Amino acid sequence: MADVISYREAVAEGIAREMRRDPSVVCLGEDIGAAGGVFKTTVGLLEEFGPERVWDTPISEQAIVGAAMGAAMTGMRPVAEIMFSDFLACCWDYLANEIPKVRYMTGGQVTVPLVVRTANGGGLGFGAQHSQATENWALTVPGLKIAAPATPADVTGMMAAAIRSDDPVVLFEHKALLASKGAPAPPDHVVELGRAAVVREGADVTLVALASMVPLALKAADLLSGEGIEAEVVDLRCLVPLDMSTVLASLGRTSRLVTVEENPYQGGWGATVVSVVADEGFGLLDAPVRRVAGECVPLPFADALEERVIPTVDKVVTAVRKLAAY
Amino acid sequence: MEPAELLAAYEQMTVIRRTEKAAHDLFLQGLVKGTTHLAAGHEAIAVGASAALRPDDYVFATYRGHHHALARGATPQECLAELMSRATGLCGAKGGSMHLTKASTGMLGSYAIVGSHLPMAAGAAWSARLRGTDQIAVAFFGDGATNIGAFHEALNLAAVWKLPVLFVCENNLYMEYTPIADVTAVPRPAADRAPAYGIPGEVVDGNDVLAVEEAVARLAARARAGDGPALLEALTYRHFGHSRSDPATYRPAEEVERWLKHDPLDLARGRLVETGVPEAVIGEADDRATSLVQKAVEAAKAAPAPDPDEAFTDVWADGGAAWRT
Repeated sequence: MADVISYREAVAEGIAREMRRDPSVVCLGEDIGAAGGVFKTTVGLLEEFGPERVWDTPISEQAIVGAAMGAAMTGMRPVAEIMFSDFLACCWDYLANEIPKVRYMTGGQVTVPLVVRTANGGGLGFGAQHSQATENWALTVPGLKIAAPATPADVTGMMAAAIRSDDPVVLFEHKALLASKGAPAPPDHVVELGRAAVVREGADVTLVALASMVPLALKAADLLSGEGIEAEVVDLRCLVPLDMSTVLASLGRTSRLVTVEENPYQGGWGATVVSVVADEGFGLLDAPVRRVAGECVPLPFADALEERVIPTVDKVVTAVRKLAAY
Repeated sequence: MEPAELLAAYEQMTVIRRTEKAAHDLFLQGLVKGTTHLAAGHEAIAVGASAALRPDDYVFATYRGHHHALARGATPQECLAELMSRATGLCGAKGGSMHLTKASTGMLGSYAIVGSHLPMAAGAAWSARLRGTDQIAVAFFGDGATNIGAFHEALNLAAVWKLPVLFVCENNLYMEYTPIADVTAVPRPAADRAPAYGIPGEVVDGNDVLAVEEAVARLAARARAGDGPALLEALTYRHFGHSRSDPATYRPAEEVERWLKHDPLDLARGRLVETGVPEAVIGEADDRATSLVQKAVEAAKAAPAPDPDEAFTDVWADGGAAWRT
């Protein structure tokens, strides 16, 4: 096995591992077969598993996710790709109304073990309809699990957990991380959903981040360290289940909290984290909480404009400096 | 159908008709909350199709799905208890009228977002093929669903993958309150679209249980043999309005009269008489149906409400509802 693997290779590796161990795992989506995915995240799957298990679909997001749902209800474990997370809106009925509710409204008769994978987030100049961080959309829907890995090993390990989950999982792969590299996942690596990771220890402030915001928070922490401020960085990894015990434990060590989220401030996951902290961890705080988040505008095209409205290392550093001085 | 099978189909349709009447009466008594979308008048479609399907085939229905749940093995007691918010309801009273489901009999749900379940049926058919069974999936839907995007996406996907799925349109002439013909570019909203997907599209008298059974049996055999999906448009009529709040006064009196004279129960009864089944035997079937539904009403009335804490079960596969760790 190679010493390093890219995030995009880790996606295909994660799916392939599960397809090898479980014949009920199948993939469907646009351009995932011979093309290997527009982001090259399904390279090699068609060659290894054949067109019966790796099916190229028409551009029909409702049919893709609806068919995945029907297959999941009847004994398969489908992994459906929605190319860009913005396109989840095209099949939002399935994400919001069908998949997460059917188990409940049938009184537990039906289980929907499927994964919807999608390329999420901005920073690459794709414009307003191909750049959104949409994890907060899914967060508003009871009944969906939400995973958003930040490293190649986590991609593979969380893919395993997501595919093995008897519950529906939306797995956000971040476009800005696809080329990033890291240690490959060891054999049989499974990262349980709902377990955050402390990826940098520090005593002065807790930065809670997700997906592409994790390396960004780590960069900010390195800069701050040069100024004598030690930030602890928590990679949330999942939004549902939400690992608040790790966040509260970190806050017990640092007494200061900054959430770093790419989705817009209004309705973002940081608001939920902060509200739980207000409910259960108010006594741990020595300073107000701060949220570094996306602005409430559609994602603009030009680099200068996009940087203005999504979180950057500078914005995190500035927020933490002010908080440390409180 | 043999006479005995036709008699069984007649009795099942009668059970459905009596159950729908009971649902209507219980609503007026304040014992059924929310709303109901009664399928009285549509019985021959559910019963005819079920007679042609295997017990292990999959069925997906709509919010107007009482008849499909009953035809696929749910009991009147389970269904009425669900409508009456009782713990003994088919879905533990978490679903209600619009979501009747009996997964153990392949009745995989009633979906209240118009057209949403057509792709699911395609997926269930795909699953059957992947698992190497020769099960088929059937999606029942109303004429209004034929103008939804998911209808077209599902048809194309099923056609291009040659999936073993039947799309059965219950064309009752009204898309909720609006005549389907007023809002659709072709005269037959379902069957006329089939050529666009290269699949068979047929029209059948949806009030004739024998005609429905014959068409579904033929198209199901074709799907099972690997020849792909088909679209069946069954013409029928609602005896009630769209939902409880709709008295259906927009329907011309002569149209209503014409269709009520073409009642699926009367048609089946006429056929039974023609084949020599004695009136007394048909009367016994009527009595059994009446008695079954009466007992179901009493049992459902006597059943308890669900424990309020049941609101926090069945979100996840582990039975719970926890969103954080």
